[in-house]
Order: sequence, then structure tokens, then C-alpha cells
Amino acid sequence: MSDITATYFDTSRGMSRMRLWIFGLPLLVLVYLVYIFFAFDGPRVFAEANGDNGKILMADMVSYKVHVTRDNGSGAVEIAVEGERKGRYPEGSSPDWVETGAETVVDLGSGYLVTLSGTSDMRFDIPNYGTVIASASRSGGVEATFPDGPIPDWINAARNRVAITTPEGRVNITRSRTEVLRYFPGWELFFFTLDSRYYGMGPGALAAAAFGGEAGAIWSDVWNNQVWRHKEVIWALFETVLMAFLGTAGAALIALPTAFLAARNFAPLGIFRQVTRRIYDFLRGVDGLIWTVVLSRAYGPGPLTGALAIMLTDTGTFGKLFSEALENVDAKQIEGVRSTGAGGLARARFGVFPQLVPVLLSQILYYLESNTRSATVIGAITGGGIGLLLTQAIITQKDWEEVTYYIVLIVLMVFAMDSLSGWLRRKLIKGS
Amino acid sequence: MTDLTASSAPQPSGVTTSYLAEVRLRRLYSGAGVLIFVLLLVAGFLTANDRNAGGFLNGLPNIFDFPADVISEAWEKAYDLPALLWKYLPSLIETVNIAGAATLIGALIGGLLSLLVTRGLAPSRWAIIPIRRLLDIFRAVPEIVIALILIFILGGGPVPAMIAIAVHTTGALGKLFSEVAENAPHGPLEGLRSVGAGWTQRMLFGVVPQVAPNWLSYALLRFEINIRASAILGFVGAGGLGYDLRNAMSWGPGKFDEAAAIFILLFVTIVTVDQLGGSLRNRLTKGARV
Repeated sequence: MSDITATYFDTSRGMSRMRLWIFGLPLLVLVYLVYIFFAFDGPRVFAEANGDNGKILMADMVSYKVHVTRDNGSGAVEIAVEGERKGRYPEGSSPDWVETGAETVVDLGSGYLVTLSGTSDMRFDIPNYGTVIASASRSGGVEATFPDGPIPDWINAARNRVAITTPEGRVNITRSRTEVLRYFPGWELFFFTLDSRYYGMGPGALAAAAFGGEAGAIWSDVWNNQVWRHKEVIWALFETVLMAFLGTAGAALIALPTAFLAARNFAPLGIFRQVTRRIYDFLRGVDGLIWTVVLSRAYGPGPLTGALAIMLTDTGTFGKLFSEALENVDAKQIEGVRSTGAGGLARARFGVFPQLVPVLLSQILYYLESNTRSATVIGAITGGGIGLLLTQAIITQKDWEEVTYYIVLIVLMVFAMDSLSGWLRRKLIKGS
Repeated sequence: MTDLTASSAPQPSGVTTSYLAEVRLRRLYSGAGVLIFVLLLVAGFLTANDRNAGGFLNGLPNIFDFPADVISEAWEKAYDLPALLWKYLPSLIETVNIAGAATLIGALIGGLLSLLVTRGLAPSRWAIIPIRRLLDIFRAVPEIVIALILIFILGGGPVPAMIAIAVHTTGALGKLFSEVAENAPHGPLEGLRSVGAGWTQRMLFGVVPQVAPNWLSYALLRFEINIRASAILGFVGAGGLGYDLRNAMSWGPGKFDEAAAIFILLFVTIVTVDQLGGSLRNRLTKGARV
């Protein structure tokens, strides 16, 4: 009877403790998250979040714009993809929606028509609104006349600057120049720049040219594309993978022999074990960030710096993992090999390694994939690989299509490394 | 070492020869694999060395220049160090909080998603594959990518870093959690189903208590990783210690005592979290009470 009572009280105490956890833990989590919200100044972040930046980013990721720019001093007109020098249409040529001649007529589509005439006059016909006429001069600023009625909020007019944003395109007029921007979906000039012979060719024509013996020339035009810089980008990706590979492999090569010193069942002297372990702890504790900063002082930007930073951190990690794996080695197999009269080296080769290799390989391969991601970040800090290109593209805050391109490539790279390491793991460990 | 495998005992000679041939073939493959690996390593090192601003051997003597500068400066101004450590304590707390909040959010969302992608537990079969792919993508996108884009939209500070790390954590923990949940015995689930429990109740009372120790242990490991990630993201403008470190570095000599203070804080934090996390994880997985 007393047994049951005791059990009852035990159980009910356990239940109430359980209940405390069930209600207490979510409450704790909630309290912490509320604290974080205010510690991170959540209200300000959300109030000041720049929605326009977000919109620009999203729109720019999947579209490009062509700038038609007229110098309000000389009257010279220039047409360029993204306004970049490398994307400029050659003198005398223009896309079919721009009519050049005595006056430049830009057809933005859906009836939106911009006419640039003289050296500084502009006329913008806007359906369902009317016509805006503007003329700019260095002395008088921008003089614009709008249709009657209040000026809508998509027109921003000041003394020295008029900006009109319509769904079909934008017009910016300043004293020095008038700029018409038209948006198109897609990534322009991705394969061929305007100066390439193959620009504007359809896939059929390209295939025909390729079979006609021009495959090399076509490839070279794509590879050396000056706007998208495929060559540099692919090299940067390669550098990032190289950093990860060298770092991981180097760390494994250093950690493997030294791990024997840190394993209780192999190290003859306790003092060696302690020293080795403390070195590992130090290497891991200092962390990739500090190693990167320290090494980039000695080696400057480049893949080697990143590789060494990864190597130093991971030597610590691998050392710890390997020595733990060594301590878990089954002594019976070593015993068995010893019973055949094998010496120390042979015992390591036939008694220890077969047990160890699968464990170590799978850890190394796992880190190889993870280090590919680390190498991207480290590259951003030291200045090497795809990480550098990515930060540069983001800092300019306008080439979001390039940022998207890099992100897609980075994700593909990580996926590729993931499947490569998975494939190697299956091949090497399952021994097929 | 061939003598170890060759046997002198009388045997059908066919077996021995074919066995030896197999061993030889295996060794050939291993040898070729090692050779390829070494070649890749050497070629890779030479390429990296070539493309780096400073070569390996040229830079080697300079490796200790910077640490020596930092240490000597910190030593000279040792009386300032406690004040500096105190000054950067809020940044340290921010770094830890970024990692903590990101781990928590990632673990909560990852936990939910992991149950949705575990065969046998998922409420709807068709959702398994898309959510798994989503988790794969979350895991594959490096934190820095998300952080930099969010810095553009939200401005600098801890929030972009927190979200970026949380996304990656969701992907990583979602996968691990689901592997744990897959191995949980289904007995309690059937019991709960027999008394009419819904999906949420079955998960909450049938699965979560079984997997909680392992999930917690994985989440702790993630927290250790995320502390490092949080520090490194600070360096690209996302607040915390990393951000202060970048500033201290850009001031150059004369301010290295500040860098030293940050190094110390970072090192101590990482080691402490690793040690605490390690012993907690041991207790969790070895079955002892927490």
C-alpha cells in the first residue's frame, strides 16, 4: 500500500515538474524573444526599413534598363544598356524603339513617347495625363510645364531637377543632361556584348555558326564578355572552392599525425597530450575571423590567405575529432594484428586505420562542403574569390542582377560540393 | 607488407592468386586516389600561391608581425585593458544575442518543418519534397548573402545578421531534427491516436518528448557554430563584436589595444560556449539529468 502511495506521489511530483517545463519553457522563450526585439531596436528597424530599396532590388534582379542620355550642353545622344560604357550602342546604331535623327524619339511603349529635340528640349506624352514640356539650361535650371491641375506624386519637380516615373519608364532631367530609362525583363548582354558579331543572333543561327566552325569564336565572345565578366566570375568561384579544398585537406594532413599525440590510448606521455590538446583548443577558439584578420596582414588579399585561415581553424577542429575517434578505436583488432607479430607501423596500418578511415573521411568531407560556405565569407573579408565579387556588387547598390547571378552561382557551387562530398563518401566508405 | 596477406599455409592456389590479384587491384586504386589527391593539393597550392597578393614563403616571416604589434601595444597599455573589455561588453552581448536568437528561431521553425518532412509523421505526403528542397536551399545559401541583402533593405545592425543566421540554422537543424524524428519509436504516437489526438497533439506529446534531448543537443552545437558566424558577419557590417573589430582594425596602429580587447573577448566567449555546450551535450546524449 505504502509502495503505491510513494509511487503516486513520485509520479504526481514528476507530472507537476513536467507541467512546469511545458508551460515554463515556452514562456522563457517568449520572454527572451521579446527582450531581443527591444535589445535589437526592433521598432526602429521596422519603421526605417527601406521598402523602396527592397522594390528596386526585386525589380532590378530580373530586369535591366536601357539609358538614353542626352547631354543638355552639346545635344549629343548616347544609348547604353544599364548606362554602362561597356554596354553602349555604337555610334549611329540604336534599338528599334529609339528613332535618331534631327530629333530623338524614344517610344517607351503603350503610347508613352519622349521626344528630345534641339540641345535641351524635351517633350513627354503621357497617356491619360497630358504632355510635359521641359527645357534645361545651365543658367536657368530646368523649366517644365505640366498639364493643368495638381502635379501627381509620380512627378518630382524642383528648380534644378525633374523626375517622372511611369510604369513604362523614367525620365530624369537635370541641368546638364536628360535621361530616359526604359525597363526590360531579363538579363541583357548575358551572352554577347553589343560589339560581338553574334549579338542578336537566334539560337538556330548560333548553332549553325557553331557547326560552321565558329564554335571557338562564339565561346570566346561569351567567355570574355566584358559586362558580365564570366571569366572572372568562374575564376572567383574556382578560387573559393580552392580555398575550401586546400584549407580542409591541409588541416586534415596536419591533424592526422598530431591527433595520435592527443589520444589517451596512443600518447605515451600525459604532458604531450595536454600540450597538443591545448593547441587544438587555441586554434579552434581563436576562430576563423581572427585568423583571417591576422593572416591577411601577412599575406594580403587572395585565396592563399583564406585557405590558411580555414586550415588553422580546422586543424583544431579535426585534431579534436580525430583524437576522439582514435580513443574510440577498438583495441581487439590491434591486439589481433599484434598477435601476428606486427610492429608499430603495421599495427597502425592494419589495426587502426581500417577502423578510423571511414569516420575521418566522412568528417573531412562534411567539412569540405561546410568550408565552401565559409570560404565565401572569408573571401569577402580578405578579398578573394566569389565573396569579394559579391560584396563589391552589393556595395555599388545598383547591379542587383549581377548580385543575383553570383548568388545563383554560389548556391549551385554549394550544391555541387555537397553532392561531390556525398558521392565521394559513398565511393570511399562503402567501398564500391 | 605483402607478407602479411600472403599465407604459407597450404591452400587451393586459385583462391590465393585471385585474392592477391584483388588486393593488388585495390592497392592500385588506393594508390591512384592518393596520387590524384596529392597532385590536386600541390597544383592547388601553387595556383593559390600564385594568385595571392603575397606568396606563402614571402609572407611567412611576417605572420607574427601583426600579433606581435597587437600584443606589445596591449601590453604597454595594459592598465587600459579592463576598461576596454568593459567598453566592448555590450557588443559581446549583442554578438551572443544574435547567435542565441537566431538559434532559437531557427530551431523553432526547423523543428516544425522537420516534422512536416519526416516520413510517417508528415501530415501531407505531397508537401515533403518541396519543403525538403526548401530546407536544402536554406542550408546552401551562405549567411553572408542574406545578411548583405538585408543590410541594404533594413540598414546595418544586428537584425539582418540574426535573420541570415536563423535561415541557415533552420535549414541545418530541419534536416538533423528530421533524421532524429525518423528514428523515434511510433508506439506513443499510436497510443495518442487511439485516444483521438490530433496531429499537433500527437507531435507535441508523442514525438517531441522522445526527441527533445537529441534536438537540444543539436541546437546547442548550432549555437556554438552560430556564435562564430555572428562574429564574422559583424565584420561585414552587421553589428556586434565583429563590427567593432573592423573599426578597430581600420584605425590601425595606436588602436591595436582595442583590437586586443576584442580578440580576448571573442576568444574567451567562444571557448566558454564550446566548453559549456560540450558538457551539456554530453549530459543530454548520455542520458543524465539536466
